[in-house]
Amino acid sequence: MADLKELYQQVILDHNKHPRNFHKLEDANRKAEGFNALCGDRITLYVRLENDVITDVGFEGTGCAIFKASASLMTQALKGKTKAEAAALFDKVHKMLTGEMNPNTEGNELGKLAVFSGVCEFPVRVKCATLAWHTLRAALEAKPEVVSTE
Amino acid sequence: MRTAGEMLASAAAESPAGGFDVRKIRDDFPALRQQLYGRPLVYLDNAATTQKPRVVLEAMRGFYERDCANIHRGVHLLSERATQAYEDARIKIQHFLNAALAREIIFVRGATEGINLVAQTYGRANLRAGDEVLITAMEHHSNIVPWQIVCEEKGAVLRVAPMNDQGELLLEEFESMLTPRTKFVSLVHVSNALGTVNPVRELIALAHRRNVPVLIDGAQAVPHLKVDVQELGCDFYVFSGHKLFGPTGIGVLYGKESLLEAMPPYQGGGDMISSVTFEKTTYNSLPYKFEAGTPNIAGTIGLGAAIDYVNQVGLEAAAAHEREVLEYATAAVSRLPGVRLIGTAREKAAVLSFVMEGIHAHDAGTILDRQGIAVRTGHHCAMPVMERFGVPATTRASFAFYNTKEEVEALVAGIHKVLEVFR
Repeated sequence: MADLKELYQQVILDHNKHPRNFHKLEDANRKAEGFNALCGDRITLYVRLENDVITDVGFEGTGCAIFKASASLMTQALKGKTKAEAAALFDKVHKMLTGEMNPNTEGNELGKLAVFSGVCEFPVRVKCATLAWHTLRAALEAKPEVVSTE
Repeated sequence: MRTAGEMLASAAAESPAGGFDVRKIRDDFPALRQQLYGRPLVYLDNAATTQKPRVVLEAMRGFYERDCANIHRGVHLLSERATQAYEDARIKIQHFLNAALAREIIFVRGATEGINLVAQTYGRANLRAGDEVLITAMEHHSNIVPWQIVCEEKGAVLRVAPMNDQGELLLEEFESMLTPRTKFVSLVHVSNALGTVNPVRELIALAHRRNVPVLIDGAQAVPHLKVDVQELGCDFYVFSGHKLFGPTGIGVLYGKESLLEAMPPYQGGGDMISSVTFEKTTYNSLPYKFEAGTPNIAGTIGLGAAIDYVNQVGLEAAAAHEREVLEYATAAVSRLPGVRLIGTAREKAAVLSFVMEGIHAHDAGTILDRQGIAVRTGHHCAMPVMERFGVPATTRASFAFYNTKEEVEALVAGIHKVLEVFR
């Protein structure tokens, strides 16, 4: 059951219990909603974008530990990043979650987000970890509709 | 953790009271013998689908290896054999439900298609603007959405009878919602998310007193209790083969002959006609009027074999065993710290739905899976039920007659592991 420990690392359990930036952002100028029909994960993501830079980000929602920790750690990683940097980070996260990343040569830029590397061993849980990121993309592209990872 | 052999040995110790021998039954199911992640499979997702006994697999294989032909249209021997086997299955189902007539048994893809058929034929032909269709708060999406579709088209209103905090239908509320505008009642026999067994005979009688026809969704009922459609008095009854140890893609709609006769056809095509010209088509008689196109012949034969198997096991003995397992599981799981049962009706069948404080069902499901325990996590296609209980999702263990108390113990150990990870 070593892979379960890989999946539910302390950092993830901590962010699940005490999600960071877990609040509505009153001065947000970007907002999007995401929904994972498989397990009912639901997120509203708020972004404050100034001159193409994410200056603040917050979220509300309910869902599993992987989803909540992923959203929480994402909000921490985003502050101060430009739209392009955020998009590039999502690409890397996505590669890690789907097991396409070579851990020896890539992944250094991921920082704390590397705690999700165990998710690729649990294919049905990848959607839980990507929901917040898909919702971020929708918020930055200002797509009005509800995002689904289905 | 026990080995598979030890589990089977202890399963045998569960005494074959009244001739019910769970070990012998388990031997009939090839899928139950396997290991997952190096542990014996503990299959507790029977409300989603059941495993199949060898006799079902052999019946389907026998059809494809020996009797494969289309039905009702060949003069050759194989077609005759296939037709015979297909129609034999219909008669088995007629007896299984105690329907008055074999032609009241319509083969469909599953309970979902059965409900859609009634909504799209009876519903479209009979509902008018302002009419009401009454369902309950514990319906599966398959008994909500088909009625929403036809109500929207016809300007009719879908009304929902409420339930209490135990997941029991409120009978007085139900009765008060039967008004002169109510034109149809469609309700679940056994709730898939809560396990509640509804007093359908009484509910049907209430509706019939006002001349309102009733459809019963029996998908979760037929594997657990004896159903007699004449005794219930229902106008329609639907179920799915795959939840009754049969194959997927085959199910049954029972309907009273007089209603089926009056209904327009569902789909057009071959087999549902008696004559076709470009000007006019005369529809075939029952049940073929509702069976357009080449049906799921192998699935039907498999379902017939499943019903033979269930009859051989004996639903009453099976139900008694399941009740013991459910009571054992209910007591054990409700004792666990931070665990709350969702669905605590006095009359329940084979379903144990629960939530764990601070732990999402999906996380619990993943951790249980890695211990070889298959449960369902999520909203169980009953999102309004989740909303009613204020939870996004539940973990659901659902039992069949091949489950054992040892498997319940494995589940309890598995939940302890979940609690440990999230401690």
